Amino acid sequence: MATATSKRDQGAVAGGTNAGQERRLFWLRFGALAFLLAAACALPFYLSNYQLFEFSQAFIYAIALLGLNILIGYNGQISLGHGAFYALGGYTTAIMTTRWGIHYGWTIAASGLLSLAAGFLFGLPALRFEGLYLALATLALALATPQVLKYFDTWTGGSQGIVLDKPPVPLDLPLNQDQYLYYLSLAILVLALIMAWNLLRGRVGRAMMAIRDNPVAAETMGVHNALYKSLTFGVSALYTGIAGSLGVLAVTFAAPDTFNVFLSIDLLAGSVVGGVVSISGAIFGALFIVFVPVYAQQISQAAPWAILGVFLIALMYLMPNGCASLLHRLWGALEKKIAGASAIPADLTPFEDGAAEEDQRSARAASGD
Amino acid sequence: MQTFVAQVISGLSTGGIYASIALALVLIYQSTGLVNFAQGEMAMFTTYMAWSMLNAGWGYWPAFVGACLFAFALGFGLERLVIRPLETAPELALVIVTIGLLTIFNSVAGWIYTYTIKPFPSPFPAAPIKVGFMVLNPQDLGVVGVTLLMLALIYLFFHSTRLGLAMRAVVENPVSSRLVGIRVSWMLALGWGMAAVVGAVAGLMVAPLVFLEPNMMGGVLIYAFASATLGGFSSAGGAVVGGFVMGILENLTGTYITLVGTKLKLTVALAVIVLVLLIKPTGLFGRAAVRRV
Amino acid sequence: MGTRRSLVTLSLAFLLLVLTVGLIAAGGVALADEPGVTASEVKIGNTAPYSGPASAYGTILKTSAAYFKMINDRRGVNGRKIVFISYDDGYSPPRTVEMTRKLVEQDHVLLDFAPLGTPCNSAIWSYMNRYKVPQLFVLTGASKWGDPKDHPWTMGWQPTYSSEAATYAKYILEKMPQAKIGILYQNDDYGKDYVNGFRRGLGDKGRKLIVMEQTYETTDPTIDSQIVNLKNIGANVFFDVTTPKFASQAIRKAYEIGWHPVHFLNNVSASVGSVLKPAGLEASKGLVTALYEKDVTDPRWEGDPGVKEYLAFMKKYYPQGDATDGFNVTGYLEAQTMVYVLKRAGKNLSRANIMKVAANIHDLRLPLLLPGVRIHTTPTDFYPIEQRQLARFDGQRWELFGKVYDVSGMSR
Repeated sequence: MATATSKRDQGAVAGGTNAGQERRLFWLRFGALAFLLAAACALPFYLSNYQLFEFSQAFIYAIALLGLNILIGYNGQISLGHGAFYALGGYTTAIMTTRWGIHYGWTIAASGLLSLAAGFLFGLPALRFEGLYLALATLALALATPQVLKYFDTWTGGSQGIVLDKPPVPLDLPLNQDQYLYYLSLAILVLALIMAWNLLRGRVGRAMMAIRDNPVAAETMGVHNALYKSLTFGVSALYTGIAGSLGVLAVTFAAPDTFNVFLSIDLLAGSVVGGVVSISGAIFGALFIVFVPVYAQQISQAAPWAILGVFLIALMYLMPNGCASLLHRLWGALEKKIAGASAIPADLTPFEDGAAEEDQRSARAASGD
Repeated sequence: MQTFVAQVISGLSTGGIYASIALALVLIYQSTGLVNFAQGEMAMFTTYMAWSMLNAGWGYWPAFVGACLFAFALGFGLERLVIRPLETAPELALVIVTIGLLTIFNSVAGWIYTYTIKPFPSPFPAAPIKVGFMVLNPQDLGVVGVTLLMLALIYLFFHSTRLGLAMRAVVENPVSSRLVGIRVSWMLALGWGMAAVVGAVAGLMVAPLVFLEPNMMGGVLIYAFASATLGGFSSAGGAVVGGFVMGILENLTGTYITLVGTKLKLTVALAVIVLVLLIKPTGLFGRAAVRRV
Repeated sequence: MGTRRSLVTLSLAFLLLVLTVGLIAAGGVALADEPGVTASEVKIGNTAPYSGPASAYGTILKTSAAYFKMINDRRGVNGRKIVFISYDDGYSPPRTVEMTRKLVEQDHVLLDFAPLGTPCNSAIWSYMNRYKVPQLFVLTGASKWGDPKDHPWTMGWQPTYSSEAATYAKYILEKMPQAKIGILYQNDDYGKDYVNGFRRGLGDKGRKLIVMEQTYETTDPTIDSQIVNLKNIGANVFFDVTTPKFASQAIRKAYEIGWHPVHFLNNVSASVGSVLKPAGLEASKGLVTALYEKDVTDPRWEGDPGVKEYLAFMKKYYPQGDATDGFNVTGYLEAQTMVYVLKRAGKNLSRANIMKVAANIHDLRLPLLLPGVRIHTTPTDFYPIEQRQLARFDGQRWELFGKVYDVSGMSR
């Protein structure tokens, strides 16, 4: 697996035999990305503050889901307890800004680092658990979070929670606070996406995936499994902790009820719906978490959860490997059409070559089958 | 001493509640290899069915049997209609589907029956039994007894009937099972149906203690997961022992570790479980799956 | 693997995002001068849990919604129909913020009526006051909602938890100076409010009467262990701060294990129909609580026109609801208070005027409030209901006894 990926990367870098088509593909991809980024940047001029707030929340969840995807999709470790890291990030920011008066910017970084450390430390014992047992050990983490938050009330304000201020707009930018928060979340999301992309395409990413696909083989090939698995847990928690920090800044309130077990389950559901073995899946998953419950209750006020459940099941029927997986294929077909089917080197058309199968395998590995 | 004994007894009876749902979880895991998040809500829903039958004037035992039949049909039908089409989907997709089922059952039950708690009759006598200074509640004893009875029946089923052996074979090796003529897909549906029946019996036993309402099983499911993890997901007996240990452990933590008291009792109990897993990663009674490299 | 493709699909993700935006933007509404009010309509918002573990409370707002529908069938308030928009927040504070912002910024409601839950209201507290949108008659008994100086746009409704607890404390000091008090409370702000009010009511000396405090979480399946501990410590007074399901469990468990303390049950769970009946009327004998609403199952109110009207209303407008559930009585009374304020505001339905009217309710007596209980506010007193009367359960109904306690000034 690892070798296949590296070969493809080399093929892509070397340009293969048909440099013209290669370049066309590159510009197509670059153009699509640039267009979408520009569109995202333009949104604040068209949307109300409330809608911006919703999108900010989606961006923030996307950061958290990205962390979860790295862990589950690319390293084969499942977590039902990422709400705990979200809470850790959120409370770090809440406590640092309100008690110590530290600038929120520093607290975002501190939240990330603290979560990284916590995730790494939790990842160490978690090494011994596999599949189902890891899922349930992490579930324990999620369950304990509200109780622990309430217990240390001198720090956390107990069940009353902590009210904080919205981040002020810096440098006299001509933005209101919601617009600023939107750009802030967007910027951090883009940064997070690039970092994840970079991480996963490199040596570290290949090692992570090798462990997922065949831990014994990876170990024999010289990958330090234990270190990589704990580190992945840490990195994953880092993303989620940063999201938690931003989430609390957006809502301006942190309370134990925010971080109950349903947050962790929401995160897992978002991750799977979006597509767990993908980077972009995080965005789809986040859109699901933020928007679908709102639409669900428009359909049925009496039983909103029933509608949500139907949506969840329907999506799994339509896209068992997540939205991203389906879009990968559609995009692949589009590229083929534009660049000409024969023009693409064989190892650049992985869209049908068992993307689903691969997703499935890793997901199975994640649940210990 | 009196407190200690009382807490152990009380822990056994709540442990019985956890054990009964844990048993259903383990059963479905053993017969289909899946963790069913909707198990608790299915049990809740079938208990409401029994409640409806009782309200329609049925006797307790006819309603009991009716609910079990309904549960079997529900479990069987869900496997055929909802789970089966996703046979080739990744396991995580199936987990999400069961979470979807959880929200649907919870919401629909609330919609039909409202969230007001309802008393549910018990088949056991109401008068408490006094043994020395201890006061035993027949319903508590009943939950423990019925859970142990179900465990025995499940053991007998899996070890002494052809059907049970066939179901075990399907989980161990579906391909070979198919080759020897076992209808694999029906076995899986059967597993769902049976787990639903075990859940239904659990619901009928638990409802008199915690009252019937749509969220009756939410907390129980969490503890059942913890119990099954502690005992080992691959062992039905382990899950039941895990349930009892969990119940007692939680009570004793809340009572004797005064530093944390009741405020952190769940956290401490969970920490103990994680510690146990560190020493024995497949639970107290679980077998480690041998993997071929 | 597939990171390259991921980058590409990333683009598609953004595309989807833009499409979503387009759809939403198309549905946007222009800002009105007087939000939520037209010649024929007045728009009112709300958030409550209709899904998740706290969904038992949702019925309160369903009753309110049904009440508004009845008002609309009777030609509305001053000729305007009430448009009631109630969103599900699942008792999750971030969701409350999101849905409340939707109400205010997208639906342009005139006010936020009876949002439910202490953490949920805390999350929108500063937002509502910054944007000067009335957050009226919030459905929580925390004492912080009566703060007209710093939060002039937020007002409570029900008697505060802490003042109720103080009432019990006063009674205990008076009648049972030798009490050994055991407390069971829900480990959250609601439970803590009660316990703090109780301690304050007991004073420094009385505080020594408390022999044990036990807590439970809403996720706990049972509270048997806690009851056993309270019995074994030898408590003869039981202060029971639990929500309905756990209250029923506590009443029954105490009875079963032969523990018969003087049992003070918080008003939250005083409903005969939905708490005491399930627990067993025999087991409920001797319970003490503080009431401010009529219990509609009480035979004493059989001919009472207010109760009759309520039962007829429930039958016609909310037949799925359980009329004997105390929560529904609360929803009915809340809605009545709201309609009263809208009526009084008359033609001037500005947000400022709504607050002004809400802050100047004089001795409003609603038919489902107990005799002697009234809704009364002033610009410096944002605690609408401050009277209650102790009652003892005699196996059939709450038997009121003693005087009507007026706790004006000790709601905090």
